[in-house]
Amino acid sequence: MNLADHLPALQVAVPLLTAPLVILLRAGFLAWLTALVASLASLGLAILLTVAVLETGTQEYYVGGWEPPYGIALSVDGLSALVLLLITGASSLALAGGRQSLRLDIDNRRAPMFYGAWLIAMAGLCGIAVTGDAFNVFVFMEISSLATYILIAAGRDRRALSAVFKYLIIGTIGATFYLIGVGFIYMMTGTLNFADMALRLDDVIETRPVIIAAGFITIGLALKAAIFPLHIWLPRAYTYAPNAVTVFIAACSTKVAIYVLLRFNFTVFHGNLLGHSDLFSVFIIPLALSGILLASAIAIYQGNVKKMLAFSSVAQIGYIALAAGLASQAGLMAALLHMFNHALAKGTLFLCVLAFILTSRSAIITDLHGIGRRMPWTMAAFVLAGLSLIGVPGTAGFISKWYLIVAVMEVPGWGVPLVMAIIASSLMAVVYLWKFIEAAYYGEPPPGGDTAALEVTLPLRALIWVAALSNVYFGLFPQLPLALAQSGTGTLLGGLN
Amino acid sequence: MTTLLIGAFLLSLLVITAVAIVRATDLFSAVMLSGIFSLLMALNFFLLDAADVALTEAAVGAGVATVLLLAGLRLTPPTEARGRSLRVLTPAVIAAVALLMIYASFGQPSLGDPQAPAQQHVAPWYIEKTPELVDIPNIVTAVLASYRGFDTLGEVFVVLTAGIGVMFLLGGGRGKPFSRLDSNVEEGLSRHLIPKVMARLLVPFILLFALFIQFHGEYSPGGGFQAGAIFVAGIILFSLVRGERLTLAVIPPRVLLWMSAGGALLYGAVGLAGIAMGGNFLDYSVLADDPITGQHIGIIVIELGVGLTVTGVLLSIFHAFAARD
Amino acid sequence: MKLLGLFNYWVFAVLLMIGLFALISRQNLIKKIMALAIFQSAVFLFFITMSKIENGTAPIIQAGVDNQIFSNPLPQVLILTAIVVGISTTALGLAIAVRLYEEYGTIEDNEILALDRSA
Repeated sequence: MNLADHLPALQVAVPLLTAPLVILLRAGFLAWLTALVASLASLGLAILLTVAVLETGTQEYYVGGWEPPYGIALSVDGLSALVLLLITGASSLALAGGRQSLRLDIDNRRAPMFYGAWLIAMAGLCGIAVTGDAFNVFVFMEISSLATYILIAAGRDRRALSAVFKYLIIGTIGATFYLIGVGFIYMMTGTLNFADMALRLDDVIETRPVIIAAGFITIGLALKAAIFPLHIWLPRAYTYAPNAVTVFIAACSTKVAIYVLLRFNFTVFHGNLLGHSDLFSVFIIPLALSGILLASAIAIYQGNVKKMLAFSSVAQIGYIALAAGLASQAGLMAALLHMFNHALAKGTLFLCVLAFILTSRSAIITDLHGIGRRMPWTMAAFVLAGLSLIGVPGTAGFISKWYLIVAVMEVPGWGVPLVMAIIASSLMAVVYLWKFIEAAYYGEPPPGGDTAALEVTLPLRALIWVAALSNVYFGLFPQLPLALAQSGTGTLLGGLN
Repeated sequence: MTTLLIGAFLLSLLVITAVAIVRATDLFSAVMLSGIFSLLMALNFFLLDAADVALTEAAVGAGVATVLLLAGLRLTPPTEARGRSLRVLTPAVIAAVALLMIYASFGQPSLGDPQAPAQQHVAPWYIEKTPELVDIPNIVTAVLASYRGFDTLGEVFVVLTAGIGVMFLLGGGRGKPFSRLDSNVEEGLSRHLIPKVMARLLVPFILLFALFIQFHGEYSPGGGFQAGAIFVAGIILFSLVRGERLTLAVIPPRVLLWMSAGGALLYGAVGLAGIAMGGNFLDYSVLADDPITGQHIGIIVIELGVGLTVTGVLLSIFHAFAARD
Repeated sequence: MKLLGLFNYWVFAVLLMIGLFALISRQNLIKKIMALAIFQSAVFLFFITMSKIENGTAPIIQAGVDNQIFSNPLPQVLILTAIVVGISTTALGLAIAVRLYEEYGTIEDNEILALDRSA
């Protein structure tokens, strides 16, 4: 028995099987600690898997010892490894940094259930990233969605409940659309394995059911990924979720939906459906563009800092969708890199917001006036991550913006207007971030408010800075995300050859 | 041909029922109609040779879902307010999508076509190889528990997650027992003679039937999910006539929690045992010297895990709703 | 005959759209949950229809009977899973609806929205 051979299965099994143990615990602290340990263990497994992928290529694993397409095969390539790092990293960061904040949001007696749901959500997201089976994706999508609904519903504001109900309805419609699409493909190919589907679709390209399947799958996953204008569930869900939960889901959950979208559209459809890349581009690029521009504009007018960052996420998902929609080598590179870099920046930003709310008990910008002077360390980290979000050279965000602009310039005739749109949106990001930074540094504190220095605890500050500096580190040394994105692009476009 | 016509008739009834559910403003009628909807659906599944699915739809859709909806309705207003009517656009778009899907259906293989691609590739392999590799008569169980055991593991955790969610939101679980336990509430239907006698007669048989479904799942339709749902139906019937307090005395919340978590852990432990004994995750062949015996052991144990979790979770959910004021 | 063979798929399309229409047009949250169930059931019908083979029987091997035609077990397995996912979603949705009623005093979506806006 060599455990290193079982990494893909353990990646899911470790957090998944820890969850039932957590709900049996009595105390909130122990539940949190167990969840954190399991999350860190998953991060360790993800790192080991990444190393294995970089050294020996795609990792295949047959669950139950049954060969695909008869059994369920797990398949981890560079793209999966990238997504796994995001999921487990975000979860560990949010759990480690969110202890105090979560203790305020969730009373001790309900904490074991909450952390159990957290681990199940993380395991579900990992499951989506490792599996090579279309129906297995649906199962894990539902596991992670149901668990995420619980996490969001834990928000203290009653609006968390109305937000989560809407998310539940839309999320289920999205997953069901995906399932319908998988059904149509099964009907025409007789298989559920991604690689096998890609081979067998060859004979039935251009049949009506396959085209309908592509439509259902793309729309279903666009709902899950919150691609504009299917994003309506996202801003309120992010805003009213417990702050630590926002750090976790904002960094990874929509990215996982985009991951599946890319898998399907490139591995399965791309090489087969004649003109599919055109159809996909025509569908996705206008939506992505309107998302980039409108959501950034809406973000400027938000009075709640969490809501502002949530709308910014919708815009950033637009960048990823735009890059993927170009359906070119450079475009995919940019999309994968931006998935990684945006997660870094948004995770850091939401973690800083968590710290602000921890001390000042409000997410309303007018209540946060002067917070920058009172919490200089946290605020400086916020500015740093903000620079990465805008795409200033020297930060991670610059790398992916650069790749995006290069990819966009390749589009004949449309290069310049697309670049203008990207620049316009980046300028709007400067505006909305500046609005908050200005208020935080120069704003008059609310009447009667305290002005004494008040920082969060040292460990949390240290964690915030680790996260913030990672934005700089991956801006200066982007080898790891580049290598993973390169490998991911290779497997995605493999269908073309 | 006759089956096809009966099927068409049942499907038409299905559409009519669905429209009636949407139109009903009295939510109690809507819940009853959705029970009927599920039973009609189960009949259709039976006609389409899906015995396992029919059994599940009847137990889960018509049974458990109806009970849960009624339990939810007890806590919320029973009638629907009729608000503004919709603009023309939504119905138009929806009708257009329906027409598009009907248009797409002309490219699909028609019902029962043995040459359809779906019947060619993977499915015949299951039918051909199961006697030799797993050797249990019910191929559906073999696919569910062994070939696609990873999906089923996921399925158990979906159920567990629903249980965690309901207990998180409404109460239940370790630190927070069902809230109304100690108060003196009306003891169900215990004062009504006929339901009481009928229930006393039925409950033991329902529980026995559930155990049969659980342990006979390899040979006939059934398995852990169906068994769990039927077992829960029996206990809920008991609870209706004898009151909730007695039910909770028979199976305390702590036991329910241990069942929910324990079933899922049992399933996972079988998976890890596969790794420990030199196979892959969820490989049952290595559990015994003879691969087929190993498969049998694996399937029986994971079905037991499924049954435990489903029973524990569904009963916890029922109590969480029932105990709320 | 060919048309009758596609009838199941039409019913699937119609049920799916009835469910979706109700999801969008009905304001009552319990009604939305029931609509979601119809919506998902339509997909169950779709998969099970796919699994049927003419003159086939349920895929359970009977001792002593040879040359049986079995219907396709795989879609049936998938739908067993999907049914369980469906009931789990229903249970969680109902719990959220109950909590919403406790917090807002209504389960009509538009009234909740109005209360949120005025807050």
